[in-house]
Order: sequence, then structure tokens, then C-alpha cells
Amino acid sequence: MRFIRAWITPLIALFIAFAIGAILMITQGSDPVKAYQSLFTTAFSTQEGLAKTFGKATPLAISGLAVVIGLRAGLFNIGAQGQLISGALAAAWAGYAITGLPMIAHVPLCLLIGGFFGSIVGYIAGALKAYRGIHEVITTIMLNSIVLQLAEYLSNGPLKEEGSIIARTPEVLDTAKIGSVAGLPIGFFLSGLLALGVWWIFKKTTTGFRFETVGKNKNAAWYAGIAVKRNTVFAMVACGALAGFGGAVETLGVVGKFEPAFNQGLGFDGITIALLARANPLAVIPGAILFGGMRGAGPTMQFSAGVSPEIIDLILAIVLFFVTAPIISRILKLKNDTTTQVTSGWGSN
Amino acid sequence: MATLLQVKNLTKSFGSVIANNNISFEVNAGEIVALLGENGAGKSTLVKSVFGLLRPDQGEIYIDGKQMAPGDTAAVIASGVGMVHQHFQLVPVMSVTENIILGDEPKDGIFISIKKAEKKVRALSEKFGLAVDPTANIEDLPVGMQQRVEILKALSKDVRLLIFDEPTAVLTPQETDELILVIKNLAQLGVGVIVITHKLREVMALADRVVVLRDGKVVGTTTPKQSDEAGLAQMMVGRNVVLEVSKGAANPGQPVLSVKGLEVFDDRKLLAVKGVDLQVRSGEILGIAGVEGNGQRELVEAICGMRVRAKGEVLVGGMGTKDMHPHAVHEAGLSHIPEDREKHGLVSSYSIADNLILNRFDQQPFARGWFRNMSAIKKNADLLVKKFDIRTTSPAALASALSGGNKQKVVIARELSQDLQVLVAAQPTRGVDVGSIEFIHKQLIAARDGGAGVLLVSAELDEIISLSDRIAVMSGGIIVATIDNKNADRDYLGRLMAGLSA
Repeated sequence: MRFIRAWITPLIALFIAFAIGAILMITQGSDPVKAYQSLFTTAFSTQEGLAKTFGKATPLAISGLAVVIGLRAGLFNIGAQGQLISGALAAAWAGYAITGLPMIAHVPLCLLIGGFFGSIVGYIAGALKAYRGIHEVITTIMLNSIVLQLAEYLSNGPLKEEGSIIARTPEVLDTAKIGSVAGLPIGFFLSGLLALGVWWIFKKTTTGFRFETVGKNKNAAWYAGIAVKRNTVFAMVACGALAGFGGAVETLGVVGKFEPAFNQGLGFDGITIALLARANPLAVIPGAILFGGMRGAGPTMQFSAGVSPEIIDLILAIVLFFVTAPIISRILKLKNDTTTQVTSGWGSN
Repeated sequence: MATLLQVKNLTKSFGSVIANNNISFEVNAGEIVALLGENGAGKSTLVKSVFGLLRPDQGEIYIDGKQMAPGDTAAVIASGVGMVHQHFQLVPVMSVTENIILGDEPKDGIFISIKKAEKKVRALSEKFGLAVDPTANIEDLPVGMQQRVEILKALSKDVRLLIFDEPTAVLTPQETDELILVIKNLAQLGVGVIVITHKLREVMALADRVVVLRDGKVVGTTTPKQSDEAGLAQMMVGRNVVLEVSKGAANPGQPVLSVKGLEVFDDRKLLAVKGVDLQVRSGEILGIAGVEGNGQRELVEAICGMRVRAKGEVLVGGMGTKDMHPHAVHEAGLSHIPEDREKHGLVSSYSIADNLILNRFDQQPFARGWFRNMSAIKKNADLLVKKFDIRTTSPAALASALSGGNKQKVVIARELSQDLQVLVAAQPTRGVDVGSIEFIHKQLIAARDGGAGVLLVSAELDEIISLSDRIAVMSGGIIVATIDNKNADRDYLGRLMAGLSA
């Protein structure tokens, strides 16, 4: 019963989103049953589809986790996108520029470098929040733009692949590539481990308790002797490191190089997933698989039912709407429904 | 006497909680009715329903025999009902006159006529015997005077029934006495008055009739003549309450808390504590009496490391705590019951168990290195819930599910269940039911007898007098006098609190 109460809002949000999507398809003269059927059979029951689903799900899960850490610590990290891109680019550079390492050293090194660059972007937002009182939503949105422009410049300039017409870095070396096991990308298992790790940190460690106390009641945290500012910075750094790590996994495991267009929207889907998962790290994984499947197999709806894949964007946007606005819990009169508080007072520190 | 207000069988519930259960009472013209009850007894809900701010589930409200539509605030106001809120609804930068006429300004053509307005205010204050300077700015007036303006504002609208919501919460004893006279005068002029309060002394001094509420029900109606404070208290809580605190003689030892030349700024960057020296010895309770807003909060926060000290030093157990964060001050042996338990004392979305270790979560045995020790946390919670009589279904329940008194018990259990040399207790019984007050007082005395030095800050003078061994009076950011409790006298302390030289 408790389980149902906790998850009824996200489940209904998903249901409503798919229902509205179906209505729209009908108004366009398409068959929603056929469309959804092809979407889900492709995504979850074909070998090729599953590989794609889990490939897409991997960076989504990791960036979702990056947003979860923020939410738990009272921070709304809109900047997973920027953090992810910086990690993806840094890992791409490390993947082709650092040579002569065996795979066992090269892959972890690239992942660490990706995480490090992501954490720098997170640090900037965290420090501005903690020491200057600037709201993280503002700074992370701005950092998203800054990082994206910078990455486009670098991949079209100093780091551009020689002879390429489009902006992209050279392909990473084979020693830096993350492969697959039984058709599933190894990166996905990594994201599962990370989810377990994040869950465990919040469940079992004093660090998690510090973050969570700051997130739930800053004043009480200060009273209890927790360094609120330092933990705010630390949490944002952790968000950035995770997202950067996710970007690195995407580069090394899926794309093989950095190409600006390839990472579009991953960090933003991460926000929706984190909210849909109600800031629960373990629930991020099924959320990411669902989103990964929809993103990966969306185009098949075009062939089978003549539905444009943009409908997926619409459905995910409706999900976001219903998990943030406490509409469902109000209609159902759920008591003590802890709809994740997205962001605390503007301008307050 | 004509019946002004009649409430019949009013019921109002919030979800499964019945805040008002079948309540009936009436107020006659010229009569002062006290609604007496503990916090959570349903007083505020009741007057909000009367005023139309809440829509009752059942029941009828008649004003002058005319039935009011539920939730129709405008009609209630039009029939001559006014309310003096606990938190004043005044614009600080505007004058007394401007505040009173706000929303109903006398005009000369299209311009506001301040002259006419001032004349109106003067006439009002003469009629009701409420002396106030119409040209003064609100922010320059003392709290008692501001409340007067609030009352005048209500009276300016031809009020025949005036509701006071906890009117004495922010007043000095002298201001309280003045307010009692003002209210009595209003009643003589034929105004019906409802006073919401939980202070027995005021009820005895003020009311013609007392309606006692408990758990949302009227448990009795009486008059001060027919009852006494002990009797009223018994009705409020449904059992005998010891109002006097029984305690043995203090056995003071070495100083455990020394404050020297302390200066502290408030949130507005104004000097709120202007050079305070004080000393608390082990085994004694030093009470700080004072009207709120005279620097007590800043003093406490500075002592506990939560607020930067501009000047001076604080020694806990002989150890300097300069530049120390709350964590380090706490480790030095100082426990702190904060003034605002919702803001500082608790994380309401945490379990009771987690709240009981909130400032020791990273210490043995609740953490082993990086890892939290859940079984130790649970054991601690089971023990403290029992020992401190925290009324809950389970230690795993969220703190938000507790009543005010039980929340405070969680804070007190946490702070007293550790090795402490100094206990700083700020407003420890604020918003707490009478039963819990008694329990909390006993705990403070037990801490003293256990050898801790207790610094008690309270706006309740009775609490200070009944608990303290020595009393320091704080006014305008300084300690104006420190006296032995043997010499304590309400009047004398009240004058010191008001900043008058005794």
C-alpha cells in the first residue's frame, strides 16, 4: 500500500502522457495502438532495439542521478546538460590524445577526466550559490550555454578532426572504447552501479545525511553543526562529476567521439527522469530505460503508423508537467504526498 | 443585554482532525468573553469561522440575530465585527493616521485630506481613551502603542464586536495591564469583546465569561468569580496541573559559561547586543527576562556559534569559542534548545529517530567513520521516546506528525541526552501545551541538579520567575540588572524590562 501511494503520481503521470499522445495521434488520423505497439516491441523485444534502448538509457540514467543528488541536497540542477557536455568533450580528447595506455588504464582515465571537467562546471554553480547567493537555476542555465558554445568552438577549432567538414573531434582510440556484453553496453551496468552507489550514500553515510539535511532544512542543518555552504558546493560538485561521467560514458561507449549535436537534450531528459523517480536513485534506472526506449525506438513509429517521432518529445514534456505540478496528488487528495520540491525560494540563500 | 453574536453547533474539520466539534457560545454587547484553551484546542479555527475566513462544515452563526452565510467575510465586517491580529497588520513607514484610514481615506476632491483624517483619529482616540500621537510613524512606536493603533484601526469602522487574537503575546507586563484597562473600557462603551488566550492570569483579570475549549470542544463555561487559575487550568488540560514549579535550592559551582563584552549584529546589520557580560555557574539556572526583540535572540545565537560575534568573547567550560561553528561549540559541551523548533530545532520531514541525533549524526555510536549506525540510532530513539514520554506511534514516524509539545520534547530529549556543561534554553515552552510545560520545566531543573549551568531565555515572566535562581533583565541590547530570585517581583522586573530605571 505504501509502495502504491509513493508511486501512484508518477504512474498516473505516465498514463496521462501516453493517453494525450494517443488522442493527438487519432486527431492526426494515425493509429495509436499500432504506434505504441511498434514503439515498445522495437524498444524492448528486438536484439538491436534493446541495444539501442540501453545505449540511450545509460547517459540518461547517469544524468538523472546527477539531478537526483541535487534535489536531495535542495538544489535544482538544470545544468546536467552543460556538465555532461564538458565531460563528453574532455573524455573524447583524452580518448584520442592520450596514447600508449592499455585499455584497463585508458578507459578509467578518460572517465575520470570526464567526471573532473563536469565537476568543475558544477563547482562554479555551487560556489556562486553558496558564497554569492545566486540561485543555481540561473547559473546552471547560463553555464549550459557557455559550455555548449565553448564545446562547439573547441570541436570546430583546436580539437577538430583533421579533414572533417563538420564540427567533431577525432575518433577515440580503441583502447578508450567501452564495448558491450551480450549485446548490452557495459556503460549501462556502470550506471546501475552508480545508482546503487548514490542510493547507498544517502541511505548509509554521513555525507548523504549532510546533503539531505541541508536540502530539507538549511537552518536546522546549520544549527546541527553542518557546514551548509561547503556541503552545497560539495553536492553541486558531485552532481557535475556524475553528469560529466555520464557524458564520458556516452562518448566512449556510444558515439566514439565528441560531436555537439549528439548529446542534445540528455541532461534535460535527466531532469524529467529524476523528478519522475521522485529523487529516488534506484527508480532512476527503470525511468531511464523507459525514456531510452522511447528515444531509441521513436523513429519506428514513423514507418509503422506514420506518427512523427516528435510525439515522443511531447509525451515526455507532459510527464514532466504532471510530476512537477502537484495536480495529481491534489485530485487524488493524497495526504503527505511528498511531491519533490523542485526549488526553494528565489534569491534566498 | 442584547446578544451580539451567537454561534450554534459549529463544526469544522480538517481531514480527519476535528478542530471544532459542535461548538455553541454567544457574546453580548458590552461583554468580555475569553476563549481559553491550549494551543491546538481550536480557538483560532473558531474565530476564523466566525470572521468568515474559514467555512464551517456545520452550524450557524448569527450576528444581531441575522444568520451569516458561511465564509462571507465582507458581510461579517459590514455587520460590525473587527479583529486585532496577533501579528499587526500595519505599514511601518506610515504614520498612525495613515495606517488607520488606509482603505477608507477621507478626501478633498481627489486628494486625501490628512487634516480631516487626523481629526477623525483624534476623535476616535478620545472617545475610547486610547491616547496616541496621530502623526507618529509606526516604526518609531513601542509594540504596545502599535497595538493601540491596530485597535483604533478596527474601531474606526464602527465596530461592535472586537476579536483579539493572543493580544498580550508581545507585550510587557505593564503594557498588558494597560491593555486590560483598554479592553474593559471598550466593553463599558458597549462593544462586545472576544479575547483568545491561554494565559490564565489575564483571563482572571479581564473576562466576564470564560469559554474553555479542549480538543475542539467546549468543556465548560464559567466566570472568574466562580473559578480560579488552578480550576481553569484543570479544565484546559482535563487534569490537575502543578503551576508552581517545585525545586530544591541551587548548588552553584564553577562558572561554566562566561560571556564578556559581547556585541552582536542582527539580520538588519544593526547592533542588537551592545556589550553583554554574564556568567552561568554549574548547578544554577540564570534566567534572562525581557520583552522579545531586545537582543535575546542574537545573544543566544552568538553564544551557540550560530551568529558572528562582532566583539567580546564566550567561554564554554573555560574554553574560548572564538570563531567556532555550532558544531564545535556543541562539542565543547553546550546544548541548545533553539527558540524556533520548526526552523532550527527539527527537520520535520525526518523521522523522530533521525531528529533525536540531528547534531550527533557523525559521532559515536551513531556513526562509525563514514557509515551511519542505524541500529544505534534506533536504540537511542526507542530509549528517548520512552524516557521523555514522546507521544508517537513509532520512532520511525516523521517529526511533522507530532504535536507542538511532542516536537519540543524531541528537541529537549536530544539536547539533554548528551554530556553537557551548559544548556541554553530559548523559549523552551513556547506553543507547548500545559502538560508538556510541566514536564519540560522538570527536565530543566533536572539538568541543573545534574550539574549543568542553564541559561534560560523566555518571554514568559512567570516561567523565568518560577525556574531561575538568578534573573538577568535584558532591555535594549544590554543586561540592565541581575538580581537574585529571592528579590524577584513582577512589577519591579516588568519596569526593568520596559527599560525604565527601577
